[in-house]
Amino acid sequence: MRELVILSGKGGTGKTTITAAFASLAKNMILCDTDVDAADLHLIMKPDFRQTMEFKGGHEAIINPDLCIQCGRCIEVCRFGAVKDNFEIDPIDCEGCGVCVSLCPAEAIDFPETLSGHWYISDTRFGPMVHARLGIAQENSGKLVSLIRNEAKQLAVKNHLDMILTDGPPGIGCPVIAAIGQATAILIVAEPTVSGIHDMERVEQLSRHFNIPAMVCINKYDLNPEQTQKIEDIAQRTGVTVVGRISFDQTFTQAMIQEKNIFEYDKNSQACKEVRKIWDNIMSLPALSSPVTPILKHL
Amino acid sequence: MIISIASGKGGTGKTTVATNLALAVKQGVQLFDCDVEEPNVHLFLHPEITRTEPVNAPVPKIDLEKCTFCKKCMDICQFNALAVLKKDVLVFENLCHSCGGCFEICPENAVIEKDRSLGVIEHGSVKGISFIHGKLSVGQVMVPPIIKKVRSYTDPDMITIIDAPPGTSCPVIAAMKKTDFILLVTEPTPFGFHDLKLAVETVRVLNIPCGLVINRVGIGNDEVNQYARKENIPILMEIPFDKKIAQIYSRGEMIIEKLPEYKEKFEALFKKIVQMIEKNRENNGEEK
Repeated sequence: MRELVILSGKGGTGKTTITAAFASLAKNMILCDTDVDAADLHLIMKPDFRQTMEFKGGHEAIINPDLCIQCGRCIEVCRFGAVKDNFEIDPIDCEGCGVCVSLCPAEAIDFPETLSGHWYISDTRFGPMVHARLGIAQENSGKLVSLIRNEAKQLAVKNHLDMILTDGPPGIGCPVIAAIGQATAILIVAEPTVSGIHDMERVEQLSRHFNIPAMVCINKYDLNPEQTQKIEDIAQRTGVTVVGRISFDQTFTQAMIQEKNIFEYDKNSQACKEVRKIWDNIMSLPALSSPVTPILKHL
Repeated sequence: MIISIASGKGGTGKTTVATNLALAVKQGVQLFDCDVEEPNVHLFLHPEITRTEPVNAPVPKIDLEKCTFCKKCMDICQFNALAVLKKDVLVFENLCHSCGGCFEICPENAVIEKDRSLGVIEHGSVKGISFIHGKLSVGQVMVPPIIKKVRSYTDPDMITIIDAPPGTSCPVIAAMKKTDFILLVTEPTPFGFHDLKLAVETVRVLNIPCGLVINRVGIGNDEVNQYARKENIPILMEIPFDKKIAQIYSRGEMIIEKLPEYKEKFEALFKKIVQMIEKNRENNGEEK
């Protein structure tokens, strides 16, 4: 099983549109959208929701005013400032750590599980897709990301699929780390801007930290050829494979408006040629090119 | 007065708006970059950094001499950060939320708290703007404590502009909570529109007045405008889709310095925000 995770550090560089385009090129794959707080892949994939599951990510402390003796122990032990002076707990500030629940001498604090979001197993015209929606202002996005990646893996094994194509979240924090553990490779979608470069470098450091091979493609490369060159220099210096460049092309937005990927919108466009070349380069990498797992090869 | 700049979707222009707005206000401004996973403000303003401060979070360390392996620490921990074995206790620092539960519950005082480094915050100044940003260390996961540390420097006598991270979960909340106004930056595309709706839901949970900047007008469709009208969210500024602006941004330059007509536009944006904040305060019966 191979898993390619598309990342960028910076948001809005084209992770999702490129993942959607790859869906037309990858064979025998499953899609996984791990940008659980602002998922967009489904806007192009138009999934047919087969199963909807609840995600109970944690607990929330609620003081029962009938039992509360207002001793102030909860205020004292809460490190998140979630208990207000009137002995109510602000659900947004509550971390769900349960310390107040355990230490309340009157046992006056309830600790119900919270519904933190939903996750879905769907069918798309390209194959199955696992995706999720974290509830507004909820915690534990990393836990939800781990959950749906696991689910995608199990589905892939069960259905004899060769590849998981994972659309990653922006940043380098909790959900990103949850999205890359044990991945086969990372594709960084960089843009030739000062912030695009800065953020790509942080993702590259992250990939090295977790020892996962990284590749980079440069989106909108012609916006600033000088910065594009800089990205390729950095890549070479840090051992990241440059797999290609994509021009600044409004085909991506036009396709998105029609709820299509670029191959469905106009398969003869320049963008399609460039993306196809990138895909071929990715697939020729040793880590991703072998169609069977190494263990099977030895049998 | 605290104004946070947020978006839901990444790459819509939060940093562009935050930096240009701060430059347009000019006096008595603090600019906080709270996108601590990928802070970018410094790439545009080049502040001179005068002070670096570590951000730490306490994590447990177990004194095995005192530990009786009673498992109370493991039971209270909601985040599976502790595993008590027969003769040892494993601590998974990356899972620890620093709630102090293990420390409080241990009957033997065998839990010692030690500092774990999450990242740094850096103080500086540029062009009359007082600047602070947070920087998460690569491989670390705890973002909200860094944002809270940056925001602990809020000066109530100044205008504080916060560049928030993308998304709708805990880091964004930490950056938007207890602010006077949330300026949402979006782009008129299906992705921008979808994530704007999520951002508006988040703003409504927090019950903070908000307004909209639409960036790259002309690149997509007008769903965002229709939605803003329907939801009664004022559109405070529109920035056209223009390759020239994209190139200015790509070089790390400021729009209001390269295209002088934007100076007035950002000044007008600030005025509108101030008016909305004041109106909201009047409605809530507060004095200025």
